Amino acid sequence: MKKLFLPFLLVLITASVLALPLKIAFIYVGPVGDSGWTYTHNLGRLYVQKIFGDKIQTTYIESVPEGAGAISVLKSLANHGYNLIYTTSFSYMEQTAEVAKLFPKVIFENCSGYLTRANMGDYFGRIYQSEFLTGLIAGAMTKSGKIGYVAAYPIPEVVRGINAFTIGVRMVNPRAEVHVVWVNSWYDPPTEKEAALSLINAGCDVIKSETDSAAPLQAAEQKHVYAIGYNADMKKFAPNYYLTSAIFNWGVFYEKDIKEIMNGTWKPEKFWGGLDTGVVDIAPMTKLVPPQTQKLVEAMKEELKSHEFHVFEGPIYNQKGKLAIPSGKMATDKELLSMNWFVQGVVGSIPK
Amino acid sequence: MRLKIEKRHENASTFSVLLMSILSVVVSLVILGFIILSLGKNPIEAYIQLVSWPLGTIAGLTQTLISMMPLLFTSLGLVIAFKMKLWNIGAEGQFYMGAFGATWGALFLFNHISNPWIMLPLLALLGAGIGAGWGALAGVMKAQLGVNEILSTLMLNYVAIYWVNYLVYGPWKGAGSYNFPITATFPKSAILPQYTANGINLGIFLAIATSFFVYYLLRWTRFGFEIDIAGDNPKAAEYAGVNVKKMVIIVMIVSGALSGLGGMMQMSGVLFRLQPNFSPGYGYTAIIIALLARLNPFVTVAVAFLFGGLIVGTQQIQLFLQIPFSLVNAFQGLLLFSFVAGEALLHYKLRWVRA
Repeated sequence: MKKLFLPFLLVLITASVLALPLKIAFIYVGPVGDSGWTYTHNLGRLYVQKIFGDKIQTTYIESVPEGAGAISVLKSLANHGYNLIYTTSFSYMEQTAEVAKLFPKVIFENCSGYLTRANMGDYFGRIYQSEFLTGLIAGAMTKSGKIGYVAAYPIPEVVRGINAFTIGVRMVNPRAEVHVVWVNSWYDPPTEKEAALSLINAGCDVIKSETDSAAPLQAAEQKHVYAIGYNADMKKFAPNYYLTSAIFNWGVFYEKDIKEIMNGTWKPEKFWGGLDTGVVDIAPMTKLVPPQTQKLVEAMKEELKSHEFHVFEGPIYNQKGKLAIPSGKMATDKELLSMNWFVQGVVGSIPK
Repeated sequence: MRLKIEKRHENASTFSVLLMSILSVVVSLVILGFIILSLGKNPIEAYIQLVSWPLGTIAGLTQTLISMMPLLFTSLGLVIAFKMKLWNIGAEGQFYMGAFGATWGALFLFNHISNPWIMLPLLALLGAGIGAGWGALAGVMKAQLGVNEILSTLMLNYVAIYWVNYLVYGPWKGAGSYNFPITATFPKSAILPQYTANGINLGIFLAIATSFFVYYLLRWTRFGFEIDIAGDNPKAAEYAGVNVKKMVIIVMIVSGALSGLGGMMQMSGVLFRLQPNFSPGYGYTAIIIALLARLNPFVTVAVAFLFGGLIVGTQQIQLFLQIPFSLVNAFQGLLLFSFVAGEALLHYKLRWVRA
């Protein structure tokens, strides 16, 4: 009975919602002007607003504190009649689930977390596939064999990205090393810049950023080393040394999600789309990347899209040279989601 | 003609203090209005959003009270220290350490206790105790070595925050959290009684009750009297037989214990688990609150309540007028600025004099 009741309820809700514009709110962890993570989510918001026009109404709130601050924003939105709320950081996951319990009629979506509820889904992009592709480029461009990686927090999402990037680097340059510095923040431009400068001083001649601002790229431009961005196309921050970026196209997911809600087919799911869905991609490569490397990247991208190639397919060795994923085996999604170890070629450690 | 600043001889009356407080809120609201206007938005609508939800609806009022709780505990802790002119900037760190203590107790030390009436007092003691210890560190350094407490408490904040981060990113990472930096959820027995689905919990009432305790302590006990004279004139206090060094340590202990208790209440009452950056700087906002309340524990309740409302209300302005977050910080700064200016005007007057 209960099982039947829930889908029925959802259909009923969505049917009643159809008449009115769908009110959608986005909760951002940083400022929309960060030119990275939050910026790309806001691009997604603007994209769906354009596509759906007056069928939806969107709002956003930026720099929401993690923890209790998110609870009060979420409750206020639900009380103000918002039907769909996106919380765009893992750090809001628990609070989103808590508030979702109180407002069964509102649909919640949390980005980059793992909890789901009857009215709460998760979404994220397999950005590690893009990271792998940018790794191919970094491996081809480095002369010193040392690549610097400016990383946010030692969490699985970031560890996975570093690993995929390093696998890419090592595929074209088996002796290159990826040096990791933790910033311990998603958005802290001065620290991000310091981290990049310290990597450059240590001899790294390609800087890969994974944090939310473009500060590492500016540092690279200033010191005349190559730069690879993250989140969004960051060419304008390092015009002379920029190679490409691993990017998100959140609009692709938001459009699909909103359509499902409008059609009444929405179900809570753990959406984790790769290059094949278009949610992740790499920004256009600049002329600095040699044509044969560009060809390789395009070819690998096609293989990833068609699932002929997988980034985390064995044999993959860990940092200490021990076989972590045997030949012929692939890391499962669960293993990827909790990834807590570095592959061979990474210089740095995960605080335990 | 030139402007001359003269000291006022008479003390400001309660009425003029009240008037000054209201005026400075009004002045900062007016300036905020001009900024909002310059962004092309309607300031009247902003004022309505700022007040109507956090103070005018049950759900919003609940949020205001929940936001008030951590602010109230930390600012009451500061009131005691500031009374003695001990500039404890460390409420944030003491709050973090209290949350650390509560999590330690709830998940590791006492996790087998299933009776909340045994568990919760133990957690409160542990949270307050660790917060007190954190305060005591700065107190001992000040008393024995003459280390400036502003510096030591401020730096200890960073130590506390990094300590909590270390635990959440490392050994305390919850099972089943996919290696995300978040501890396991507290057991049922470690959660404060919740009276409404919206989150009205025992901690809010305990915070208000604490203000009575602080008032009693400062007004009616020998300890409070000694804080007063040691704050006014430490030399005279020494002559009167007050052991000022001992007082410094004890006051830092009590001050840290209250902030630590706040950290415990936030964990057991609102968040139920430890995660990084769980405090958006409550301990720093508490400094403003304690000073604006002129170190009166009851006024502190009112000011903390207003700041709770301000947190919730500014979220509304952001949401419904799409105003950037930096404006929220600007407004808090404006408030403080006009209070400080008002304070100066209470003690000094401006007069035009002929040159």
